[in-house]
Amino acid sequence: MNSRLADRIATFIFWTGALLVITVLGAMIVYILYHGGKYISWDFLTKPPQVVRAGGGIGPQIFNSFYLLFLSMVFTVPVGLLGGVYLAEYARNNKLTEAIRLSIETLNSLPSIVVGLFGLLVFVNMTGWGYTLISGALALAVINLPLMVRISEESIRGVPDSLREASLALGANHWQTIYRVVLPSAFPGLISGAIITSGRVFGEAAALLFTAGMSSPALDFSQWNIFHPASPLNPFRPAETLAVHIWKVNTEGLIPDLRRVADGSAAVLILVVLGFNLAARWLGRKIYRQMTAA
Amino acid sequence: MLKSINPAGSELLGKSLATGAALIAIVSTITIVIFISIKGLSTFTAYGVSIKEFLFSANWLPDRPPGEGGPQVGVLAFIFGSVIVSMLAVLLSAPLSVTCAVFIVEIAPFWGQRFLQPAIELLAGIPSVVYGYIGLSVLVPFIRDNIGGLGFSVLAGFLVLSVMILPTIVSILTDSLKSLPREYKEAALALGSTRWQAIRLVLIPAARSGLVTGVVLGLARAFGEALAVQMVIGNTRKIPTSILDPVITLTSAITMDMGNTPMGSLWNNTLWSMGLFLLLMSFFFILVVRYGVRKGGISR
Repeated sequence: MNSRLADRIATFIFWTGALLVITVLGAMIVYILYHGGKYISWDFLTKPPQVVRAGGGIGPQIFNSFYLLFLSMVFTVPVGLLGGVYLAEYARNNKLTEAIRLSIETLNSLPSIVVGLFGLLVFVNMTGWGYTLISGALALAVINLPLMVRISEESIRGVPDSLREASLALGANHWQTIYRVVLPSAFPGLISGAIITSGRVFGEAAALLFTAGMSSPALDFSQWNIFHPASPLNPFRPAETLAVHIWKVNTEGLIPDLRRVADGSAAVLILVVLGFNLAARWLGRKIYRQMTAA
Repeated sequence: MLKSINPAGSELLGKSLATGAALIAIVSTITIVIFISIKGLSTFTAYGVSIKEFLFSANWLPDRPPGEGGPQVGVLAFIFGSVIVSMLAVLLSAPLSVTCAVFIVEIAPFWGQRFLQPAIELLAGIPSVVYGYIGLSVLVPFIRDNIGGLGFSVLAGFLVLSVMILPTIVSILTDSLKSLPREYKEAALALGSTRWQAIRLVLIPAARSGLVTGVVLGLARAFGEALAVQMVIGNTRKIPTSILDPVITLTSAITMDMGNTPMGSLWNNTLWSMGLFLLLMSFFFILVVRYGVRKGGISR
């Protein structure tokens, strides 16, 4: 076969393959948004779910997802950020650094169900808390720590050395330089990183089944005492998130309007996750443009 | 030397905080390994199950009363299910991903990199539950009505997984193809090769280590995925004989039974042993990526 013809055929195959991939993935998104989109209404987004009857909403699940996101970020952001600072600024080329990197790589590739099992053992049973939001938040923090560390390390390394040198030349010590000069300059990258991490928290389910649990108590949204068991803000209550809810209604199959609830929830989930990702891109680009004055 | 009590100025405090945060990563990894190992090994230590029986027997009778021969906990069917579903997923996904990545980088760089690559990166963020749900509501009925069987099958499982891992693999491959020096391609073209020859004989071999890394990470993700698979494979506890048979994986067994079995019972302990097996597999994948892959390809 002559090579020109082979080149044509290969080009055709590459086009077909790429089109196939983009069609399948695109069709999936369109399918979910189309089927689920028509069920999204104010009522659906705010009402509590039904156990065996039709007509339930996903209000508490949406609240739980966002609250769990907030709680887990309380752990992930400071630890991840400081870990990134260590690797970018302080780490020497030695065994300790190698061990830290290996640990992060390991954590990053653990299946989330394994982290869920660890959470069940330590954050649920050993602490005696039972299925709680805080156990779920800690499990999620373990899952997201590697990503947050990596993103902060990258954004901190991206800060030009001339800024550090200027700060040190003015008599600031290393930590003052990091705190007042490097971190503010790395801010756009850090913000995008935190948002991307948030998207992952929002969609996680396997690690939450046995940590935050698969049920929510009846929530009283007028109860703002965080120690009250019906208070939505109580971190020591079980909480079912949106992603877990999709899985649960499908496996239990108790409600008659299963397709409506599942389609609607999946659409909301996709919209939120895509929203997080687009926001991260947009914000990153906007801040970058401002800082480079382009 | 601590002249300042202002926390923003204290070198010692800052350095300790950063070091502490980095140590948390080590401590959590070690804690996870220790705890999962202790729990996972108790099947063998406290219940005296032999590792050989656990790994190589397909007799799964965890609640058989002692009068009838006692319980048996061979998890071969689960391991087989995990392996077959994730391998098939990678076999389908890897060639497609290579095609897609080459397309983005070489064939249509303009709209490939402008639209296709960001789109695929966005898709990598879609939660796995959503993939599972689409499999359940579209793929399973389709297989049932048009191909045969119950629909809940090996086929549905690996198709869902292959779509799910595709964005992950494509992103890694695209990055590794992009990082190749321009001169490689230019030299190949200058020697008179066509674009296809340059791709096949120069670019893909040069990006080999990135390709293998992407595929191994995709395989690891498929192997560890729980809910998306659990929703579409039917979860029958025996080794399938056809691609249309239902199947069960390690992850889906853990997902389904962990909540219904009492802590400390043999059945429950077996689930922890499966968790330990998953942990060991993910170490294996890391080792492959760290030490197996870096030998090949170009060294820079």
